Amino acid sequence: MPAPRTLFAKIWDAHIIMQKPDGDALIHIDRNFVHEGSFHAFGALAKEGRKVRKPRQNFAVADHYVPTVNRDQGLAAVEDDDARHMIGLLEENCRVNEIVHYGMADSRQGIVHVIGPELGITQPGLTVTCGDSHTSTHGALGAYAFGTGASQLKQILATQCLWLKRPKTLRVMVNGKLAPGVTGKDVVLAIIAKIGTAGATGHVIEFAGAAISSLTIEGRLTVCNMAIEAGGRAGMIAPDDKVYEYLHGREFAPKGTNWEAALTQWRALPTDDGAAFDREVTLDGAALEPMLTWGTSPEEALPVTRCIPDPATLGDANKRDHAKLALAYMDLKPGTPLTDIKIDRAFIGSCTNGRIEDLRAAAAVLKGRKAVIPAWISPGSTPLKAQAEAEGLDRIFADAGVEWRASGCSSCAAMNGDKVPPGMRSASTSNRNFEGRQGKGARTHLMSPAMAAAAIVTGRVTDVRTLMQGK
Amino acid sequence: MKPFTTLTAVAAPFEMANVDTDRIIPVRFLRKLRSDKAGYDPYLFHDMRFDGSGKENPDFVLNQMPYRKAGILVAGANFGCGSSREGAVYALLDWGIRAIIAPSFGDIHYANELQNGMLPVTLPEEICHGLRDQLRAKPGATLAIDLPAQTVTDTLSDAHPFMIDPVYKERLLKGLDDIGLVLEQLPTIESYEQAYHARQPWLA
Repeated sequence: MPAPRTLFAKIWDAHIIMQKPDGDALIHIDRNFVHEGSFHAFGALAKEGRKVRKPRQNFAVADHYVPTVNRDQGLAAVEDDDARHMIGLLEENCRVNEIVHYGMADSRQGIVHVIGPELGITQPGLTVTCGDSHTSTHGALGAYAFGTGASQLKQILATQCLWLKRPKTLRVMVNGKLAPGVTGKDVVLAIIAKIGTAGATGHVIEFAGAAISSLTIEGRLTVCNMAIEAGGRAGMIAPDDKVYEYLHGREFAPKGTNWEAALTQWRALPTDDGAAFDREVTLDGAALEPMLTWGTSPEEALPVTRCIPDPATLGDANKRDHAKLALAYMDLKPGTPLTDIKIDRAFIGSCTNGRIEDLRAAAAVLKGRKAVIPAWISPGSTPLKAQAEAEGLDRIFADAGVEWRASGCSSCAAMNGDKVPPGMRSASTSNRNFEGRQGKGARTHLMSPAMAAAAIVTGRVTDVRTLMQGK
Repeated sequence: MKPFTTLTAVAAPFEMANVDTDRIIPVRFLRKLRSDKAGYDPYLFHDMRFDGSGKENPDFVLNQMPYRKAGILVAGANFGCGSSREGAVYALLDWGIRAIIAPSFGDIHYANELQNGMLPVTLPEEICHGLRDQLRAKPGATLAIDLPAQTVTDTLSDAHPFMIDPVYKERLLKGLDDIGLVLEQLPTIESYEQAYHARQPWLA
């Protein structure tokens, strides 16, 4: 009997081109994604007189800098000269290097971490990279997916492989059954609050347990998306029938006899009984409640039923100092119930929470209610926009007075100009509440789409479960 | 890549844990082209260095006189967490900072530093704390980093040994380019890919 192995170990072992005695392994990269921000890597590549070695294993999409309004005007809708240049530059770099490119007007355009799974480009057992830290998202389908900087991206473009050190493994078990109103976003915020924003540094996280298996593919993508917010090199979940059903028939998924061959390989991927992890952490999923962040680090998160903590009561000096700065920036006082926090505007979308299930969850809360603050929804991809409209969700949003926009990264990183004004308090379904992340001086509270929708109709942080009971 | 061997430079105490890369370089500057003439130094810690009207914040450490020439930062834990943006490294390097000393680093940022000939030095929390105390007591004092010996010598001439992976050390010392190293292995890579894609033809 071969020794039991983890999901991660099986993928890692299958991708070793060569192993050096010093521990470095040259790892084959199955799928690499590029976006407008990849221009540094393409520029450096051209400067060295190199071209992309395996164009068919690379995919490009415009997402970070694209406008979410007036998209029918094409590039003219991009107000910022630098941003317009970058969007054009991506198209040109892809043309020169013969990489498939989903531009602003393409019917398959969307956020890179949404379209990868959606088009079936991301599959179980693959190594997936992108010059973006939220590449961890793709691990929800059972892939080893991680973000890189521009230099490593350049190496991948030039060689389709990367020298890497083998990371350690951390299994996060979430047992039990999730209560109604508790979503993938709440699960991952609870995990980050527990282990901290550096809790998984140097580790690949495998999320497991009944609460994780019970999540839909959308929910799993949300959990893996934020693995990086716990410091994880990657996040991953064992593939199962839900994954295979999700992938079947998608554009880049294997077809016919290849599908059968792929299934056989995929079914062998989940972690073997008895396989050892370097670390293990366990959470009781049944005890989880809807969560939100109160500070300026994703670990500064609490259940909606709680109060702003007193920094003096927090674990260590680093946490205390950070919380003091965070509360000053957020203009919040210890002891305030979270549900007393007024919200000025809201954003629903991003690679964390811009998928169909997220849009449906927001619509369920918004239906028959009215927005009392400015809010917009940006679907994770252009195909998802069409799907939501076919389901009539856009009508629900319009009736509630919420703006329904085109697809892009939008207000998550606010690179395209979709900013939150200084001092404004934002309910956001994105992944980072760092100072200035949604715009200089913006105050971000991260939460699930249903919780954000609840804030939209009440103008304050609201436990969405109270609105669900009223239905 | 410029090799890194030793560095003796003014070190700035940077009192903060979890310094994320959004803080090191706000996102709006990432669209800027970077060249020898136009570096990323104006954007380093921009929203901490300047107030809303563009005026320098006098309390910010890198705006204070001895530290304007800082070549080393002594920071808190989890330095460079968050976004993968390599612009954070460009901003630090173009300002003149070639080494960060901290108890721990964000994984992606750590790799980005190494890729650009910057040295991330990992030292225990209490030693970083002690170094910052020394630097505050003697503003403008230098620290000496010796990569071959793997030591940081403080203002009292005490040498603190640090660990670094031998592979990273070798690449930094020689300023090696990874693409060149990879392409030397092209025959091995090609035979791997052939066998791999024979098993999974739908991935080729």
